[in-house]
Parts: sequence; structure tokens; C-alpha cells
Amino acid sequence: MPLTKRIIPCLDVTKGRVVKGTRFINLRDAGDAIELSAFYDEQGADELVFLDITASSDKRKILIDLVERTGEQVFIPFTVGGGLRTVEDIKEILRAGADKISLNTAAVQNPKLIPEGAKIFGSQCIVTAIDAKRVYVDSPKLAKDNIVIKVGNNYCWWEVYINGGRTPTGKDAILWGEEVTKLGSGEILLTSMDCDGTKNGYDLELTKTFSDRLDVPIIASGGAGDPNHIIDVFKIGKADASLAASIFHYNEYPIPIVKEACNKVGILMRL
Amino acid sequence: MTLNIAIIDYEMGNLKSIYKCLKHLNIEAKITDNPKIILDSDGVILPGVGAFGDAMMHLKEKKLIPIIKKIVKDNKPLFGICLGLHLLYSKGFEMGEFEGLDIIQGEVIIFDKSKVGKIPQIGWNNVEFQNDSHFIIQGVPNNSYFYFVHSFYGIPKNEENVLGLTKYGEIEFCSIVSKDNIIATQFHPEKSSKYGIQIYQNFINYCKK
Repeated sequence: MPLTKRIIPCLDVTKGRVVKGTRFINLRDAGDAIELSAFYDEQGADELVFLDITASSDKRKILIDLVERTGEQVFIPFTVGGGLRTVEDIKEILRAGADKISLNTAAVQNPKLIPEGAKIFGSQCIVTAIDAKRVYVDSPKLAKDNIVIKVGNNYCWWEVYINGGRTPTGKDAILWGEEVTKLGSGEILLTSMDCDGTKNGYDLELTKTFSDRLDVPIIASGGAGDPNHIIDVFKIGKADASLAASIFHYNEYPIPIVKEACNKVGILMRL
Repeated sequence: MTLNIAIIDYEMGNLKSIYKCLKHLNIEAKITDNPKIILDSDGVILPGVGAFGDAMMHLKEKKLIPIIKKIVKDNKPLFGICLGLHLLYSKGFEMGEFEGLDIIQGEVIIFDKSKVGKIPQIGWNNVEFQNDSHFIIQGVPNNSYFYFVHSFYGIPKNEENVLGLTKYGEIEFCSIVSKDNIIATQFHPEKSSKYGIQIYQNFINYCKK
């Protein structure tokens, strides 16, 4: 049997607590990141991602404490991202017990952070997070050197945003993905800003373009509303892993149900 | 009686997750490069993430090679994980050609990209056990999934050393090796949820004997 596709719940945390509301009746404290993580491990999550949305250096100690304590109770791989800017930041988080770290804004502002981190800690633990948004153009020629894809009757390219999706960079997301892979990033966490929060499904064209062009695993993010969206992002988008938040946090579709649905249509899952 | 488990610290990778997994099983392991502590323990774990050549160099600098060989000779339980498995072989071909510990006869080579697709293999893959009665897999269903992160794999010369097989792309490789008191996994049991924890429990039980 080959490698399974991965299902990854994403936890937005601030001050060590999960920010998005959760509706688990069997948890003592739904905001407790560690209790929720242990619950997801139990449910069959293949990995976890923590994004520290406050991400300021004075709060770093709280994040490190969270990582330390998570590692005591959760025995699946987990990635930590949010506000990491230096090799020292990366080292602190990995030493505390994270398996991987993710870089977003810092990678754009200081791309050499990727090879520096990869050289010391290995490519497998340097994930680059890319927030991408569609830019529609009337014809492929209007997009200069960017990678334009025909989507239905329209043409678009994808622009990289940083600072939590607030700042456009003018960078082409696909070319950026290729660059970070060459720099030594071992995985890409690809979020569609157009789809994020809509619950209408992932950006399949974006995901597929990344999967086709890059040799590293692609974690698709943004837009999961039901198990069919996850099936599509594996089958059509060719993603290696799918990341979702609210469908798991609100217990709309628990992990075992999503995995069973994928398994039924022939997508290999760890059940 | 407290059980003494030593996790060999030779500056290769994160040893804390193994330590925490053992702690979860009520074992306070020692992360150490002290030969005496290692030799006096009831069981030894050889972990590791990184490159083969660097790892052998660090073991050599810390004068740990004869210590590990003595553990094997004394028939003490030894558990290699990931790079710790690779080092047990005779030779490694990661960025050059390097002598290994030569405890398990065989070689460590890189995946052939044309046969596997993406390198490294990152994620959950299943393991087909070749001997259901082995102590390390008690309570673990055959073909269970474990978490792998690696670009290289070992090929044991003797087939009786193959305890688990895993298929990545078109390549079937040895994902658990065993020989007398030695056991080693290519995957990370400490990151493989409940069945990974069970493997550590089985190792602890073996160390108690």
C-alpha cells in the first residue's frame, strides 16, 4: 500500500488557547488547545497545525509552553507557525517539541531564512505557508511574467499576500512556491484566500497547479465545508494533505466521518 | 524497581519527543552521552534525524561506537529509530560513502525518485509484519499505519532480519529490522499515535525481562 492522504485539523491559538469557538460536548474546556489536540489524536487526525495568530515576540513564551505541553500528550506530528522570524525562533519551537515550523511573512521578507533553517534542521521540518488570492485578467498577455491559468472562461493568476492576508506583495504564488522549494522548504501549506471561510470548497485549480508543478507535498487549505470538498481536493486538486478548521471544531463532520467518506471513494486513509 | 532507559544523545535531532512518549508510559528516561549511564541501563534507544555521515562522526567524537557495540555484545535491548536504524547497517550512501556500525549486515541507500515520486517520504504508511509473534509488535494489528519521514532506507543482507515491510511507490523496503536483542524502525513510533506508543510499551516490557 502507498502513503495515505492526510487529514489535518488547524488550531488558531492566541495566548495558548484556541480562538475559534468549539462545540465539543465531551471536552471540559473547549478552548484548551492541548485537550483539543489530544481529542483530535484520539479521533484519528494525521497531524496538527497550530497557528499563533497574535504572533508577537513577547507572547512567544506562552506559545513555547503550549508546544512543550502538547508534546507531552499528543503523539502525532505537529507544525507550529505564526510570527517566526529568525533561525533562533525556529530553534526554540523545534526544541520545545514541534516537528515542523511554518514560515509565511518572514519567508517573503527574508527568503534566506528557508535555506538557513533547512540546513540546520532539515527540509522536512521547514514548511512554507503561502496565502494566495486570484487576480483575474482578460487575457494571458495582461499578466506579464505571472503564471496564468484558464479557469472556466476566465484567466487568472494568484498573488501572494503576507501579514495575515492584509498585504499584497505582487508576487506570483506559483513561482514563489517553486522558489521556496528550491530554497529547501520540504512542504507547502497553501491557503486560498478566495475560498477561506466560504465553506464552498477548496480552490481546486490553485491546488492542482501547485501539485502538478512541485515535487514537495502540498497541504491544501481554505474552503472546506463538507467531506466532498476534501474528496475533491485529493482527487482533482491532487493535494497530499487537507487542512480544515471549523468543520472539525464545530463537530459538523468529525474526522472519522471525513476519513470514511474518502475511503469509500478509494482515497487511501489511515483508519 | 525502576527501569533505566538511556536515550543516546549525539546531537542528532529532537530526542525530547521520545523522552515524552516514555514519560507518558511512566518511564523517566535519561538523555545522555555518558558511556557509564548507557552501559548501566536496562535498555538503550538510538534515535536520530539528519545525515548518516554526520551522525557517525558525532558517535565517533563522543567515543560511543564501542559502547553501542558492547550493548549488543552484552545482549542488552537496543532500539534504533529512523537514522538510528540506518546507523546499525554496515554502510550508508548518504552524501558519500560511510562506514556504519555494522551490527546489521546491509546497506542504506536513497529512494529511486523515478520509482517513488516524491522524496522524502512524509506521512503515514503501513507495515506488514513478517513474524506476528515478535515481542515488539504485540497488541499492534498487522498492516497498521506509522509515521515516516525519510529519503533513505536500509537493505539487510539477511532476510531473517526483516520484521516489517512497507511499500512506497514501487519500492518495497524493510521498515522494521530485528536481530536478537536489537530492534529498529524506519518510522517514528513516538509520532505514530496509539500503536506507536504500544511499540514503546513492548520495548519497555522487553527491557524489564
